[in-house]
Amino acid sequence: MILQVSGVSKWFGGLKALTDVTFSLQEGQILGLIGPNGAGKTTLFNVINGVYKPNEGTVTFRDVDITGLKTYEIARMGLARSHQIVRPLNDLSVRDNVIVGACFGRENNALASAGTIADEVMEFVGLAKRADQLAGSLNIGQKKRLEMARALAARPYLLLLDEVLAGLNPSEIAMMIDIVMKIRERGTTIIMIEHVMQAVMSVSDQVLVLDFGKPIAFGTPAEVANDARVVEAYLGDPSLAAQLLAPSSDQPEQDD
Amino acid sequence: MSLTKLRNPGLWITVIAVLLLGLWPIVTQRASTREEIFTVLLSVVLASSLNILLGYTGYVSFGHIVFFGLGGYVGLYLIIVQGWSLWPAMAAGGLAAGLLALLLGQAILRLRGSYFALATIGINEAMRAFINNFEPFGGPTGLSLNFQTYNAYGGAANALWLIYYIVLILALFNIVLSYVVKTSKFGLGLMAIREDEDAAEVMGVITPRSKTWAYVLSAILPGVVGVLFFFKNGNIEPPQAFRLHMSIELLVMVMLGGFGTVFGPALGAVGYQRLRGLLLTSDLFKNIQLAVAGLLLLLIILFIPAGAVGWIRRRFPILRRYLP
Repeated sequence: MILQVSGVSKWFGGLKALTDVTFSLQEGQILGLIGPNGAGKTTLFNVINGVYKPNEGTVTFRDVDITGLKTYEIARMGLARSHQIVRPLNDLSVRDNVIVGACFGRENNALASAGTIADEVMEFVGLAKRADQLAGSLNIGQKKRLEMARALAARPYLLLLDEVLAGLNPSEIAMMIDIVMKIRERGTTIIMIEHVMQAVMSVSDQVLVLDFGKPIAFGTPAEVANDARVVEAYLGDPSLAAQLLAPSSDQPEQDD
Repeated sequence: MSLTKLRNPGLWITVIAVLLLGLWPIVTQRASTREEIFTVLLSVVLASSLNILLGYTGYVSFGHIVFFGLGGYVGLYLIIVQGWSLWPAMAAGGLAAGLLALLLGQAILRLRGSYFALATIGINEAMRAFINNFEPFGGPTGLSLNFQTYNAYGGAANALWLIYYIVLILALFNIVLSYVVKTSKFGLGLMAIREDEDAAEVMGVITPRSKTWAYVLSAILPGVVGVLFFFKNGNIEPPQAFRLHMSIELLVMVMLGGFGTVFGPALGAVGYQRLRGLLLTSDLFKNIQLAVAGLLLLLIILFIPAGAVGWIRRRFPILRRYLP
């Protein structure tokens, strides 16, 4: 088990962003994390990588309890992420951006070896030609790939990808999916938040569906797609929404 | 770090330029030129030091002069009251400044942006008020050097030259140090913090530790030159040691030359001191030279926020390798 999230709840004042989220993830798998806007997907990422401390519950990464650790501590243990809203280090070159990922991530590389890794990763995501350009001058598709490259350069055990396909055109999407598949082949475990359903359903081994901060389904893509609650969450049945908002009733559905 | 990195031509152009500037009064042997260049070299040390915090790490400090003042006080106290010689006193001044930065760093580097900047002003003022009431340091009257002290250094005239050489060496050292920091892993972490502190943390940069060391590193040399400046000056008083406007002048120098570059702060220091010299000797501007500095800062931030070197780097990307 590479990641174990148990009973995680997070609230901001009166707003409950996550309620009793429990799931676990096997090494080498891709977990798709889906749900309507505002379902708490990014909040869950933020709890896993230490940006937020959960109010309840624990996160265990490679058999170590990482609940409440700092983001940089978690990053150094081998957990990397990309951001939904890209955060390039604008005034640094593309190469330096990727070197930061390689230098300070799990392997704690020296600059020279980090440079070698960066060159390799930039080639892998198709940014090699842009290496000396300032990161701020990339277009959105390239910035998304840069986010990916920085995370990969850390050589993480677990990679959290937050909407890497959003805002990309169809050919860029195809390219990105190709990259994701290749990362998995290298043995890196991935959790990806995605709105492009076709993509997430085709690459994921497991899918977790969040709605109003609660897990409403967990299973293979086929199982989840046929789950009545998932369909209703997306189509927006008002009576179901009311039921989901009420406390008690729903328990997270477990498949293992 | 590898020595091949030191082969960057931009670094050596900067070092040679400052060295030539520094050798000029030695060649001409004129005391007035020496005094002029001394001020410039002092500014090069202070501005380059500030640049490690401001330019590399992205933390604006309005009170950087506190390290200069504290270093000066500690150094002069040790020389005058404890009878130390200049060398260990210089080291002690640098150490005291570094230690203060280490302690302050724990407290105020949690603050970001304008809150940090405000806190640094507060610290300078608090330190001034504290020293004003601190009897060992002479309270409001400060400390004065006995003229005989210079005899150990071959008399006052020789001592002035000695101090000049030390400041020149420190200025050259500081430029190389800036370059080494900038091209190191530590420096890359600092620049990641400057660009996006949260993203840097997510990538594994241990931000509290990096920021604290950047602060310490930017405080040590100002502490050392503080000792030299006030030793040369012969006395030290609170209003002289903690002049807030000097902090702001340092900001102007760094911004003028180009923050975050190795060459920029040195160029800015030379440029600003030259301008200041012209203003001070002009009838029209001599009383409002600080207002001109303020206006200059405003114009730089509005029109060339990257400063002179930064502007060139942006305009001619090909030169980026040669202008670190």
